[in-house]
Amino acid sequence: MTENIIEVRDLVKHYPVTRGIVFKKTIGHVKAVDGVSFDLKAGETLGVVGESGCGKSTLARVLMNLEKPTAGQVLYKGQDISKLSGGALRRLRRQIQLVMQDPYTSLNPRMTVGDLIGEPFEIHPEVAPKGSRRGKVKELLDLVGLNPEHINRYPHQFSGGQRQRIGIARALALRPEVIVCDEPVSALDVSIQAQVMNLLEQLQSEFGLSYVFIAHDLSVVRHLSDRVAVMYLGKMVEVGTEDEIYERPTHPYTQALLSAVPVPDPTLRESKAIIRLQGDVPSPISPPSGCRFRTRCWKAQDLCAQEVPLLQIRPGSDHPSACHFAEKREIVATHPAA
Amino acid sequence: MSEQSAPGADGSGRPSGRLLEVDDLRVEFRTRDGVAKVINGVTYHVDAGETLAVLGESGSGKSVTAQTIMGILDTPPGFVTGGQVRFHGKDMLKMSAEQRRRIRGEGIAMIFQDSLSALNPVFTVGFQIAEQFRIRRGLSRADAKKRAIEMLDQVKIPNAKGRFSNYPHQFSGGMRQRAMIAMSLALDPEVLIADEPTTALDVTVQAQIMDLLGELQRERQMGMILITHDLGVVADVADRIAVMYAGRIVEEADVYDLYGKPAHPYTLGLLNSIPRMDEKGQELRTIKGLPPNLMNIPSGCAFNPRCPMAQPVCREKVPPLLQLGSGRASACHFAEELVNRD
Repeated sequence: MTENIIEVRDLVKHYPVTRGIVFKKTIGHVKAVDGVSFDLKAGETLGVVGESGCGKSTLARVLMNLEKPTAGQVLYKGQDISKLSGGALRRLRRQIQLVMQDPYTSLNPRMTVGDLIGEPFEIHPEVAPKGSRRGKVKELLDLVGLNPEHINRYPHQFSGGQRQRIGIARALALRPEVIVCDEPVSALDVSIQAQVMNLLEQLQSEFGLSYVFIAHDLSVVRHLSDRVAVMYLGKMVEVGTEDEIYERPTHPYTQALLSAVPVPDPTLRESKAIIRLQGDVPSPISPPSGCRFRTRCWKAQDLCAQEVPLLQIRPGSDHPSACHFAEKREIVATHPAA
Repeated sequence: MSEQSAPGADGSGRPSGRLLEVDDLRVEFRTRDGVAKVINGVTYHVDAGETLAVLGESGSGKSVTAQTIMGILDTPPGFVTGGQVRFHGKDMLKMSAEQRRRIRGEGIAMIFQDSLSALNPVFTVGFQIAEQFRIRRGLSRADAKKRAIEMLDQVKIPNAKGRFSNYPHQFSGGMRQRAMIAMSLALDPEVLIADEPTTALDVTVQAQIMDLLGELQRERQMGMILITHDLGVVADVADRIAVMYAGRIVEEADVYDLYGKPAHPYTLGLLNSIPRMDEKGQELRTIKGLPPNLMNIPSGCAFNPRCPMAQPVCREKVPPLLQLGSGRASACHFAEELVNRD
């Protein structure tokens, strides 16, 4: 059995909403992540999907230890990462790295590519002694498909896709075990997006990396992920293997989400049935009682307003789903055309 | 070429309800660093009731074409250096500012990608819709308000009356996009240009908005130009597709033909490089390289440095957009071979 490299237990992250300037008063909490548990195994890719405001980026920030959780734990090989400090924390940071969405704002425009990718070595000199750093940076550039001779260029001299490669090279510099990718390809054009996705896959098999791959694009997530977690308003509503989620979804939200994805095949126009959700995602400051999806769900009953459905395996299905009335449903969009 | 050919094209086009024709349009941006040739001879047309999708990646010139049609191109740096934009057969580029203003809104209207920056943040949404009825239709404040509320109702904004006096920031992204649709349709335009209308939205909301647009289009028999980079959205709604690359149309075809058998290697490359939800492929087949620098477009076919089929002729001769029969056209020297391959 493969070991769990990261274990997340009942993770909660609330942000206070305050009113007033001098006398600040907390008038509520944005419940960005509200009780999320999952495991990440070594060498696997866990896809996290959901719409804006579902808490997927907050999850990334907590995993990176950029935010302290309000409650719950993130365990890296059994160690609670929010309790670490000093040298132990620095050693941990080497192992978990982040690739950000926007390759335009995540690179300092006044630093050359060599400095950007070499900066992690300043903080962790044990990885690469001073003399060898430029060589290491050139190796990394080559690894992500950039010309090593461009080491003295500035970010603005690169295109969006190339900048994302710089971001990936920087994340790889310290040879981490886990890379958290927060929407790494959503700012890129289609033809460039494919190049970056192939690069991520190739690096994974080369270095045995584990990815937490956060994205809103369901086709991209399916392509890269071994397992997929679907989030809605700070909670996970369904978790399963890529196959279980896309072929046999049981949560109404997953089904609606999958059915709404436009498929690049005009011949499916007729056979495709889009499940149309009414309205918008409710505010995470005051989420609905019981099941958070019930206000937009066509199956909602009184029970859904009273009882929070637990994420557990339900009868007739093989993977956990947080719906009282979980039921398999085939979504045309995810099945190959005959 | 311009004045003589226009009536002829017009005469054949009008019975079928040809609304808008872009003919050999050329636009360049004159910047400090040099001249970027953004549009290099774009030709397309839209008929009543049909949806033309203009597909392309960033920098292909799809939005600049739309801005030129609307007359909202930033000049300088952008300059139209050739071609025509004909609305009902009349070249809009030769019209006075006042004549063009009258076409905007009533003849051709546009919705934008980013509804938060397209709406004025200091006026209420209702005011911004009603304003058109007061200024263009001469209605009184009260009547204009009534009409604006009707419009909000038509785009299915719940509690339209109450929402009338909300500001744009009080709307969610999807609602704001609905409000913008209401605003653009207020004067009942014949052509609607939708520039990436759902790119900033989540998929479930995107499905709602595309539905709404389709419904309103059918009701009003509008011609629609849908500008997008999303091959999925296009497959769902378009009738015809024009694929743009480096300021040119490289392929134009019926939606089924284009997805079934692309006649340009760029289109084929795009279709191969998208991950599909219905198949878990191994490696995506990508288009190598990067889109060209518009200040220095490769000689011959602009796509040749990235093209797997490129031959010496591709570096020497610009392939013209040639008809292949059944309403499809391709700008590739080897289009016939591509279509006839198996």
